[in-house]
Amino acid sequence: MLVELKVNGEPRSADVPPETTLLKMLREYLNLTGAKLGCDVGDCGTCTVIVDGVSVNSCLMLAARANGHEVTTIEGLANSNELHPLQEKFEEHGALQCGFCGPGMLISAKNLLDKNPDPTVFEVRDALAGNLCRCTGYTKIIEAVIDAGRVMNAEQANS
Amino acid sequence: MSKDMMRAFELYQPESVENAVGLLGRLGSDGWALAGGNDTLDWFKDRAKYTSSVVDLSGIESLKGIRETADGIEIGALTTLTEIESSPLIQERFGILAQASGRVASPQIRNTGTIGGNVCQDTRCWYYRYGLDCYRAGGTTCYADTPEGQNREHCLWGADRCVAVTPSDTAPALVVLDARMVIQNGEGEREVPAEEFFIGPEIDIERMTVLEAGDLLTAIRISNEWSGSRFYFEKVADRNTWDFPLVNIASAMVVEGGVISRIRMAAGAVQCVPRRLTVVEEVVTGSAPDEETAALAGQAAVRGAIPLNYNHFKIPLLENLVKRAIRDS
Repeated sequence: MLVELKVNGEPRSADVPPETTLLKMLREYLNLTGAKLGCDVGDCGTCTVIVDGVSVNSCLMLAARANGHEVTTIEGLANSNELHPLQEKFEEHGALQCGFCGPGMLISAKNLLDKNPDPTVFEVRDALAGNLCRCTGYTKIIEAVIDAGRVMNAEQANS
Repeated sequence: MSKDMMRAFELYQPESVENAVGLLGRLGSDGWALAGGNDTLDWFKDRAKYTSSVVDLSGIESLKGIRETADGIEIGALTTLTEIESSPLIQERFGILAQASGRVASPQIRNTGTIGGNVCQDTRCWYYRYGLDCYRAGGTTCYADTPEGQNREHCLWGADRCVAVTPSDTAPALVVLDARMVIQNGEGEREVPAEEFFIGPEIDIERMTVLEAGDLLTAIRISNEWSGSRFYFEKVADRNTWDFPLVNIASAMVVEGGVISRIRMAAGAVQCVPRRLTVVEEVVTGSAPDEETAALAGQAAVRGAIPLNYNHFKIPLLENLVKRAIRDS
C-alpha cells in the first residue's frame, strides 16, 4: 500500500506491505536510519519519533497509520551547517556514551522543549521516562536538556 | 527470531463506526480491532497470536475525544491516555481516572495508547504471552500454577485453571466510577457496567472482557454520581515507568458529617478482573476515615486471599494500599 508522509518537512512516500511498522518504513524504505530498533515492544524508546506533535514509539505504529501525517525524526534536528541546541548540549555535557539511546532520547527531549522550554528536573525525568539509557545514569542527559532549554529560550528572546 | 517482523495481514481502515462494525461482523473471529496497537503489535511480533485481517480504527474521528453529556461525560474509546490524563474536565470531576491514565506505561505509549485499548488489553502472564499452550491459549495446562511456576505477579483470588490478572490501571478507576461501557455490533448498541465488562476464567478462559467477535467498544460513559468526591489512586510496580501494576488501588468516597457516607473501591492485578472491594465498602461506611477504620478496611480487604508460591507479598501490599485509600484520600 502507498504511504505518504511528511518527514522532517519533506513529502516522502513508499509502497509498503500493510504489516510494516513506521520504524521499518523510515529505516528500510526511506533510508532514515537514525531511529533505532531496540526492544521492539515499546520498552526502550530508541525508536521514538514525533508524529503530529507527540512522541511515539515507531516500532509500535503501523506505517499505514502515519499516512498523511507529519513525522519528525532525529535527522530533522540538525541541518548541514549546525547542530540543534540539544545536540550541542548533549555533546558538551558528555550526555551519551554508547549513543544507542541518543536518537530517541533527543527526540523525546525535543518534544518536551517544544511544549515546555523551561522544564524542571522532574518534568525532564517524566518526559524521558519512556527512554532507557544503560550507560549514563541519566544525570548528564537531564542536565543537558535543561541547559539546551535555556539556550533556546535565550535565542528566542534575542530573535 | 528476527525483530520488527510480523506475518502478513489484510489491513482495513474504515472511517466510520458503521463501516468498522460491518467489517468486524463480516470478518467474525478473523477480524482484529486495532486501537493504539501497543498490545496488538506485541502479540503479532512475538507471533504468539495471528489474525488474517486487522481493522485499524484510527481513522474514525467519532471514536475520539471527551464530550460532556446531560448527566456526565462520554469518552470515545479511541481517546488517548495522554488526552485523558490532561483533560481539565476529567481532572476536575474524575481525578482518579486522570491519575490512573497518567500512571500507564511511558509517555510514548500514553500518546498512542487508548482508553479502549487499555481496558481491552490482554493479560501479561508471561507463559501465555510467550505462546505456550496454556488453558487460556486453548491448551490443558497452567504453567504458572505449578511447583516451579513463576507466579509472583499472578492472582490472589479467582484462580480457575488460569491464574492471570488484569493488567489495566484505568480499569479499577472505571469500576469505581461505575462507568458504562458502550458496545456496538451489527444488532445495535448496548451498555454494560464496567464491573460486568471484565470477565474471569470461570466465565470464559480465553477472553478478558464480554466482547465477542463482531463487538466493538465505542465509548465509555461516566455519570456525575461520583464527580468531585474524595479520590485515591495508587499503583505499585517494580519500575516506575512502563511497568504493569503488582497491585493498584482506586477508590471514591463521600464524607458527610465526618463519616464515610458512600464509597466504592477496586483493586487491580489481584484477580483476573478488577476486584471490587465490597467488603471494605461495607466495613467502612458510617465510620470516620481515620487510622482505625483504615486498619479494619485493610484487614477486610485481604480476607480470603489464596496466594500462589511467589506472590504472598501481594497480601500486605494490598492491605496497605487499602489503608492508605481510606486514610489519605
